[in-house]
Amino acid sequence: MFRKIALTLGAATLLAGAAQADNFTGAGATFPAPVYTAWAQAYHQATGNAMNYQAIGSGGGIRQIKAKTVDFGASDKPLQPGELNQAGLMQFPTVIGGIVPIVNIPGVGAAQMKLSGNVLGEIFLGHIRNWSDPRIHALNPSLRLPNLPITVVHRADGSGTSFIFTSYLSVADQNWSRSVGASDSVNWPTGLGGKGNDGVAAFVKQTVGSIGYVEYIYAQKDHVAYTLLQNKAHQFPMPTPVAFAAAAAGAPWGRAPGNYVLLIDQPGAKAWPISGATFILMYKQQQNAQKAAEVLKFFDWAYKNGDAAAGKLDYVPLPLSVKNMMRKQWLQIQSGGRPVYQSH
Amino acid sequence: MASVQAVAGDAPRSSSPRGASSANRADKIFHGLCFTAAMTLMAALVGLIISLLVGGWPALSHFGFSFFTSSTWDPVTDTYGAAGPIVGTLVTAFIAMALALPLAIGIAVFLVEFCPARIAHSVGIAVELLAGIPSIVYGMWGLFVLAPWFAAHVQTPLMLALDPDSFWGKVFAGVPNGTNIFTASLVLAIMVLPFIATVFRELLLSIPPYLREAAYGMGCTPFEVVRGVMLPYIRKSAIGAVMLGLGRALGETMAVTFIIGNSHAFPHSLFDSGSTIASTIANEFAEANGDLHISALVALGLVLFMITFTVLAAARLLLGRETA
Amino acid sequence: MSRHSRRILMNYVFVGLASLATLVAVAALVMILASLVSKGLGGFNLGVFTQDQPGGGGDLGTGGLRNAIVGSLILCGVGMVLSVVIGLLAGTWLAEYGDGNRLASLVRFLNDVLLSAPSILIGLFAYQMFVVPFHTGSALAGAAALAILTIPTVTRTTEDILRLQSSQLREAGMALGAGKGLVIRSIIWKASRTGLMTGALLGFARMSGETAPLIFTTAGNQFFSMDVTHSIASLPIVIFNFALSADENWQRLAWAASLLIAVAVLSANIIGRHLAARGSQHK
Repeated sequence: MFRKIALTLGAATLLAGAAQADNFTGAGATFPAPVYTAWAQAYHQATGNAMNYQAIGSGGGIRQIKAKTVDFGASDKPLQPGELNQAGLMQFPTVIGGIVPIVNIPGVGAAQMKLSGNVLGEIFLGHIRNWSDPRIHALNPSLRLPNLPITVVHRADGSGTSFIFTSYLSVADQNWSRSVGASDSVNWPTGLGGKGNDGVAAFVKQTVGSIGYVEYIYAQKDHVAYTLLQNKAHQFPMPTPVAFAAAAAGAPWGRAPGNYVLLIDQPGAKAWPISGATFILMYKQQQNAQKAAEVLKFFDWAYKNGDAAAGKLDYVPLPLSVKNMMRKQWLQIQSGGRPVYQSH
Repeated sequence: MASVQAVAGDAPRSSSPRGASSANRADKIFHGLCFTAAMTLMAALVGLIISLLVGGWPALSHFGFSFFTSSTWDPVTDTYGAAGPIVGTLVTAFIAMALALPLAIGIAVFLVEFCPARIAHSVGIAVELLAGIPSIVYGMWGLFVLAPWFAAHVQTPLMLALDPDSFWGKVFAGVPNGTNIFTASLVLAIMVLPFIATVFRELLLSIPPYLREAAYGMGCTPFEVVRGVMLPYIRKSAIGAVMLGLGRALGETMAVTFIIGNSHAFPHSLFDSGSTIASTIANEFAEANGDLHISALVALGLVLFMITFTVLAAARLLLGRETA
Repeated sequence: MSRHSRRILMNYVFVGLASLATLVAVAALVMILASLVSKGLGGFNLGVFTQDQPGGGGDLGTGGLRNAIVGSLILCGVGMVLSVVIGLLAGTWLAEYGDGNRLASLVRFLNDVLLSAPSILIGLFAYQMFVVPFHTGSALAGAAALAILTIPTVTRTTEDILRLQSSQLREAGMALGAGKGLVIRSIIWKASRTGLMTGALLGFARMSGETAPLIFTTAGNQFFSMDVTHSIASLPIVIFNFALSADENWQRLAWAASLLIAVAVLSANIIGRHLAARGSQHK
């Protein structure tokens, strides 16, 4: 009898999934997972189609789209145009976020300390080792900084956040660019590695005299003291969605081949210097036109209706002009010689 | 005994010659099934090893021996040297086993010999429950509970009491936030404990009663019975229990990476941050994109296999041939 | 001190140490469970069982784990069937048919090596074997990965337990005319019931909390699905994605999921031991 039950259950399980709505899968970056899943939930309610997003990391997403085991990939760092062409992929951005440095110094609260990209780089290189260093004092003449050794906290796991952060340091500090460079995972000269944004925030909160970097939403949620950062216009904006949007506004989307744009050190008085977009990867030549059309329909819907959800989650939606630019680029995605995307 | 009755009932009634009776065919089928299962297992193992070799070969051939000796792990310049993770793995596994093994034997012996029968069952289940807690929970517990406690109550007093240049001062040097090799080993020890303890307990329970009773009959104290009769009897099977624990200690990814500080450099003290092979792979694989980077990570996995190989071979040598 | 009193003292010291060891283990368990329960229990409401995974930014208290619970049941169910069948048979082969056999020594050795394989590499292997050829992740691939992870544990414990059964049992069976297979199935397996159940339970405990093998094979599905040929949700993946996020609602679900796994392992332990002890002749 037990066997009969087992067999019926097994058959039912296999057959249960046979008839489904138009479902499609994507995999990749963890940074936008909250907003992608929020969009997927609303889209499912609106249309009955299920967008199954798996947050396994940008590298995983790139690997899976290259192996064609998902319908689209998602990556926090844009692929270089050469790599795109070689694989036959195209990429487009969806939302924007910002990265903020956080500190744990007795007597220093949120948004009180000012840093510049150069000083930040020197700290992370281990060249500035103490909070009483004159270079820090020069930027913060009115702040009383204790004689406290600096403990650097970085990401242990490879991440798009690290990629954007180290790209910024490479641009802002020549020493950094020479000795370390930019990548999702680098040979950090000094410091501890925390796992995930939460890990870094936890380390910083638990270690007096430490400095780290996290995505904006974690700085808010974990109640850590974030710093101000000097931007290209020599201003010290607060890290807010307005500042991230200001960075995006000045970016050369139309002119960048393959949409390879890093929102680092962008011009603008209010622009936050460490921002980044997150990207979707799709093949230019699609074998399953129906699936590809579904994917683009979803992102079109997200462009139209997803701004509120994104804002609620502290992401910055793309400017309308950029969205329209991307819609035109979707015509590159074709199957059998015809574009799969029908613009309406 | 009931089981013997059942066997007598099922045995072939006639004494027909071998090779013809259906019972014999059933035997052959059973033997075949067992063999197939063992070969499936072997196929999975060999397949895994081959895929590791194929995946890791580019990195190994590129760096050669320096892969094992260099401690520079730089994805930007694509230079990979695994000395840091290798040392971290060996140190954490060794400390974890050194902490867990005596505890596990103590627990197993306690549950079998000294514990009142009423609570032995529940305590046994409690110990097994430790094995079922998701490793990410261990990681978070370690980071948010153990680390601050350790920093405040162990590290800071030690650092204040010891001269930083003395031998002990150097052994216990490190950033006082509780995330280092030692605390990672502590968490590992707790994770590994239930596997070893549970299997030891089962082994002890399987010892034929007459052996214990004979020893007691000669006037041995419980300690002497355990030390002189029970533990030696299960010695060869006990290696399996230790292997289970060691396997978990070497391969654990999530829990370790939360609390070990994750620096690829060579650890300089017991309270220094480090990294293990498993945690490095887990940390970087999801985002790794460069071919050489991925290959280096797979090669790390191969190194871990080689470490296990070596430990196993050494154990067999130590315990003599035909360890179960 | 006379020899006699020294022996008594050693005994007391030993008993004391053994009790202390047990106390330490139980204390650790209590501490970890306390954190788990205090964080997890507060997050429970009826919705946890009736609603599916919520998207990000949901109000606190919305959404649930229904799809993940069902998914985990399917994954662990199929995975356990695979691992117990293969592990039991392979362990039996090693213990009963493998003496003096060089092939058996090799299989045993490799089995122990596989015990220490980082689960993420097993996941990668399963990805290449079961996902890439089919161009899709699937629950079956995930179950296969979990099985590869668990079989060595079951095999190892099975072999150890079977070896410890006294040869008198085997000889008695054979003396009555039973073939080797019958002796194993009706006598040896029955006598080792609790030990074999331990192996299965340890395997289940390991399997229930593992994330890494699932990441590349069936990395989740926020919608309810029982389709084993595509990715489905699972509790460990939910924990992995939600616990480290900045979303409060997600975090409470992650802790609730962790508590669910711990409770599931506990129940499996209690039920399994009960079943094994029912027919067995242990003290």
